[in-house]
Amino acid sequence: MATTTEAANGAADAAPGMPQLDFSTFPNQIFWLVVALVALYLILSRVALPRIGAVLSDRHETISNDLEQAQELKQRAEEAEEAYKTALADARAEAQRIAADARAEIQKDLDKAIAKADAEIAAKSAESEKRIAEIRDSAADDVAIVAKDVAAALVGAVLPSASNDADIASAVTDRTKG
Amino acid sequence: MATGQDEGASPFNIHPMDQFQIKPLFGGTEIHWYTPTNVTLWLFLTVAVISFLLVFLSRGRAAVPSRGQSMAEMTYGFVRKMVEDVAGKEGLKYFPYIMTLFTFILFANLLGLLPYSFTTTSHIAVTGVLALAVFLTVTAIGFVKHGAGFLKLFWVASAPTLALRLVLAMIELISYFVRPVSHSIRLGGNLMAGHAVIKVFAGFAGALGVGAVVPIFAIVGVYGLELLVACIQAYVFTILTCVYLNDALHPGH
Repeated sequence: MATTTEAANGAADAAPGMPQLDFSTFPNQIFWLVVALVALYLILSRVALPRIGAVLSDRHETISNDLEQAQELKQRAEEAEEAYKTALADARAEAQRIAADARAEIQKDLDKAIAKADAEIAAKSAESEKRIAEIRDSAADDVAIVAKDVAAALVGAVLPSASNDADIASAVTDRTKG
Repeated sequence: MATGQDEGASPFNIHPMDQFQIKPLFGGTEIHWYTPTNVTLWLFLTVAVISFLLVFLSRGRAAVPSRGQSMAEMTYGFVRKMVEDVAGKEGLKYFPYIMTLFTFILFANLLGLLPYSFTTTSHIAVTGVLALAVFLTVTAIGFVKHGAGFLKLFWVASAPTLALRLVLAMIELISYFVRPVSHSIRLGGNLMAGHAVIKVFAGFAGALGVGAVVPIFAIVGVYGLELLVACIQAYVFTILTCVYLNDALHPGH
């Protein structure tokens, strides 16, 4: 390979064998490569990598913080839901208690009212019975009076001389009793 | 001499290796160690492109990244994960160094695929320095961290007999010292071969007239392949560096 390189170099500059094996350019390449690599290393290690690393860790932190916060909010929402449910259950129990109380009270009033009404009805019916009895009694008396009057009138009309009120009355009384 | 004349006389005027020539940027033919050459230009373009990606595009430091910042972050995350997976937590200390290597090789390879560009990583001097730097760094880390214990890397204690252990130690020792050679030639050779193939097809295209359609399609195909090779070789170089680093951090089998 070396002989080809030499031959080619000797023939013309335009047609060397392998420029890679032209050792005369090595110091130049190595020098500039080292300069470029050192420059790149400094740029990366001083500027680029810390910056990107910081951005990535910031993002990681932000995301985990957000997740944590979301977890906390979720927990709070669950607690709120729990509180709401207990409040709802309490309210329901309270409502049932109030309804039962009201019902009991109403029942009491109702019972009282019914008892009172029963008493009144009983009193009224007793009075009515009394009055009916009275009416019945007075009706019987009236019948006797009417009968005596009719009998006296009849007797007066038939035998005006024989009109003795007392006799007529006792006769009527005897007959109606029969 | 004879071969040179034959080439000139051939109808195919193909010079696949011309693209690798190193020329001074500002005229002249002398190349001293300090002369700015096309190598210098493309090395610094590589550094500039990487700086653009990792410094300029990430300037927003946004919690919700822009497209450019995302690219920078993905490159960062990719290399960091590779270092952590292969070399472990202790390897992260050397992450900036490996990031430098990966981005440098990747972008040097990709920039080299631009027409009329110069591929710095196709030069054995460049890849050799990269590989030697890795070799020396890793060896130094091994000895600093473990002292003589680093030599356990070569001593396969699980082998059944002493004789076998000695043989294996020889093999391990040789393979250890061959590492920088394979490491550098793998990268440089791949890049050089690919670019030379493209140039050869381009030469055919120039000579064939209407028939140039065939080599042009071939160039398109090879170019796609070279794009793949550019990325894969950067990845391979980096992951091997991580493997060597892992050997230095955790010697012994």
